[in-house]
Amino acid sequence: MAEEVGVRRRDFINIAAVSAAGVAGVGVVIPLVSQMSASADVLAASSTEVDISAIQPGQAIKAVFRKQPVFVRNLTPQEIAEANAVPLDTLRDPQTLAERTKEGKENWLITMGVCTHLGCVPLGAGEGETRGEFGGYFCPCHGSYYDTAARIRKGPAPTNLEVPEYEFTSDSVVKIG
Amino acid sequence: MVRILSILVGLFFTVALAWSFVLGAITAATEPAPAMVEHEFHVAPKNVHFSFDGPFGKFDNQQLQRGFQVYKEVCSACHALKHVAFRDLAALGYTEAEVKAIAAGFQVPGTDPNTGEETLRPGMATDYFPSPFANDVAARAANNNAIPPDLSLITKARHHGSAYVYSLLTGYQEQPAELLKEFPDAKTPAGLHYNPYFPNLNLAMAPPLAAGQIEYGDGTKASVDQMSKDVAAFLTWAAEPKLEKRKQTGWPVLGFLLFATILGYMSYRNIWADKKH
Amino acid sequence: MSFPWANEYKPSHPFMKWMDEKLPLPRLVYNSVGSGYPVPRNLNYFWNFGILALVCLTLQIVTGIVMAMHYAANAQVAFDTVEHTMRDVNWGWLMRYAHANGASAFFVVIYIHIFRGFFYGSYKAPREMVWLLGVVIFLLMMATAFMGYVLPWGQMSFWGAKVITGLFSAIPLVGEPIQQWLLGGFAPDNAALNRFFSLHYLLPFVIVGVVILHIWALHIPGSSNPTGVEVKSESDTIPFYPYYIAKDGWAVGAFAFLFCAVLFFFPNALGHPDNYIPANPMSTPAHIVPEWYFWPFYAILRAFTQDFFFIPAKLMGVLAMFGSILVWFFLPWLDKSPVRSGTYRPMFKKFFWFGLIPAMAVLFYCGGAPAEEPFVMLSQIASLYYFAHFLIILPIVSAIEKPLPLPYSITESVLGKDEAAQLAPAQTATA
Repeated sequence: MAEEVGVRRRDFINIAAVSAAGVAGVGVVIPLVSQMSASADVLAASSTEVDISAIQPGQAIKAVFRKQPVFVRNLTPQEIAEANAVPLDTLRDPQTLAERTKEGKENWLITMGVCTHLGCVPLGAGEGETRGEFGGYFCPCHGSYYDTAARIRKGPAPTNLEVPEYEFTSDSVVKIG
Repeated sequence: MVRILSILVGLFFTVALAWSFVLGAITAATEPAPAMVEHEFHVAPKNVHFSFDGPFGKFDNQQLQRGFQVYKEVCSACHALKHVAFRDLAALGYTEAEVKAIAAGFQVPGTDPNTGEETLRPGMATDYFPSPFANDVAARAANNNAIPPDLSLITKARHHGSAYVYSLLTGYQEQPAELLKEFPDAKTPAGLHYNPYFPNLNLAMAPPLAAGQIEYGDGTKASVDQMSKDVAAFLTWAAEPKLEKRKQTGWPVLGFLLFATILGYMSYRNIWADKKH
Repeated sequence: MSFPWANEYKPSHPFMKWMDEKLPLPRLVYNSVGSGYPVPRNLNYFWNFGILALVCLTLQIVTGIVMAMHYAANAQVAFDTVEHTMRDVNWGWLMRYAHANGASAFFVVIYIHIFRGFFYGSYKAPREMVWLLGVVIFLLMMATAFMGYVLPWGQMSFWGAKVITGLFSAIPLVGEPIQQWLLGGFAPDNAALNRFFSLHYLLPFVIVGVVILHIWALHIPGSSNPTGVEVKSESDTIPFYPYYIAKDGWAVGAFAFLFCAVLFFFPNALGHPDNYIPANPMSTPAHIVPEWYFWPFYAILRAFTQDFFFIPAKLMGVLAMFGSILVWFFLPWLDKSPVRSGTYRPMFKKFFWFGLIPAMAVLFYCGGAPAEEPFVMLSQIASLYYFAHFLIILPIVSAIEKPLPLPYSITESVLGKDEAAQLAPAQTATA
């Protein structure tokens, strides 16, 4: 009887020792995994200020935010009207133009230039680039068409082009991020 | 055969070494090595205590902020701090707004968005401390032919770095009379400054600190000793911002390893209990 | 490749049976580090350092792969990327300190491992191949460590690269072209940095390959032991699992504790401050030294201060430095004493403890000291003894020495000559 208890106590110590080794192993894995996530300098990614004074109605520019393109577009009244004319229930990702712009600045459409399908940069912001059949943006990788509010209308992309956080610091400068 | 060859090779090396030794010994005996002024008058850094010393050491944020003020108002005129970003200053206890304000107080190199010309713009939190000189040539030209070293790693790049910085800043003095008596040629050249804590004794940097030069925000009296100690602490942080985290991580790790090792030892004794060895 | 009484691998689970037929990996593990590998029962703690070396190699490869994820081998930015790892990468400081101090730990362990071999005659037949492969591993380690030290591109990195490749310029006629070829230029720069990075990443995996051969060669005769008497019967051995797994396990724990104490509280103690100054081709550090684990060989290099007949001092130093390690390759044939363990060799033991060990200690010290007197003269005496020890003393001692009587067997050395005691373990096991 006494021997049996002794054996159990021994087994317990062996199991505890192996478990401790296991815990140590997990402890080593944590920094090894975490070192691959974004480093402090990347996380502190700066905000971008864009001067929009030179963008004429109908034009767009590409700015850089977090190493990705941002489209800043000055919509013409006609483009605004086109966007507002689309019935919401026909949209894959229903949003109005007003929801995607700032109040009183509905002509300034600011979106990420990253197709929500697989991350290509859509055409339509650069001079002379095709804007696709809905007059917004067209992603040539897999044929996603965005309208003048940068909403997905046709093609494989699941959602509208993302609107980043931004604010107008003055009439001519917008701060993204 | 192998042994004979080996003994021959062995004799080759040992005789060559004995030859070097004998000639070296004769030279050492007949021509004593010339005394060197750096050997005799260079002194090891002062014995100074910092809050971050020792295995439980922690940075004193008040002191780091004072030290940063010294760097900003004095050192930064000539010395870069290129591995440190303004955002890092949050670790000193500054708020986000304060960090932004500090950053904006520095002019960093930028590009004019319209013309593409190089220009200066106010710093942002993500910028790194700007270098006071455009390049090494400019640094040399402005500083009597001596480039002021970048300070981001200075306390790691010198033996006993924190004490070294402190000692150097407080160590300026008149060249001792015995030195000139013993080494008449070693008079500190014009434009250099005698400092026994500097490896070759003569430093291009003029004494940078004077009592009361700075007005500390927390009311601490800005003596040379106080400022030197504060800036040495700040530069220690700048060289290793993770120092505190390193020491704090160390204790639980060591504690756990001790526990695990004792368990391992007990398990080893158990398993071997019935085996004589 | 093992003793006849080794336990045989008998898979019971159908899956393990299936596996054993297709890919007998579990059988390999069982026979090499499991119950199927009988090991002398009397190994002391010096025999743990092989496993510890393996732990160090793993640590270096794992942390090294992490370092490579954040490093750029370009002279413009190499230093900055290392600092970026230290400051901004999550746990980057831990990885970098672990890698830098891991190299030191690896060498501490390997030096103890090698000197264990020196004392207990582990290099002797039938284990010559184990020894030769071990020396190859040591040379590869030195090359890897040297190239790794260049990568941060600090002052010591740069000047180390310059001085070590400069050794090759001592070779008559072709020396200078060889140095230029090694560096891919006239001085260390991008070309050198990139190839050192490439090779620094490659060589550890070559080391892994040679380590496998080293262990394979070891498992053919099995481990040596402190008495140096070969295994004669089953009672001389115990299975690797669980006995030596348990012993190695706690040794690894103790090692990890000591390593972490240095890692977390003195991470820069073994490095040189000058390597935190970015490389500057225009100015040499005042006191240029390699990392501590190269000091003995650096001391030998610098000990040759005079031309010897027609051989320039520089070439003598380089020959001696490489020779001091190459001589280890010949050790199995220089020391012909039939007795392995230094314990039973009175003359050898004296030369080992009062000759080789102090000489190595002096070489270690002088290699890190400035090239001044008395360090040069001390390292000359120590180097002289070093070469004399391996090339002259060992061959002569092994010929004239009268060894002490050896125990009949490992069991006898452990349990004494009492016959009853010899049988005791078997009896208690059945009781």
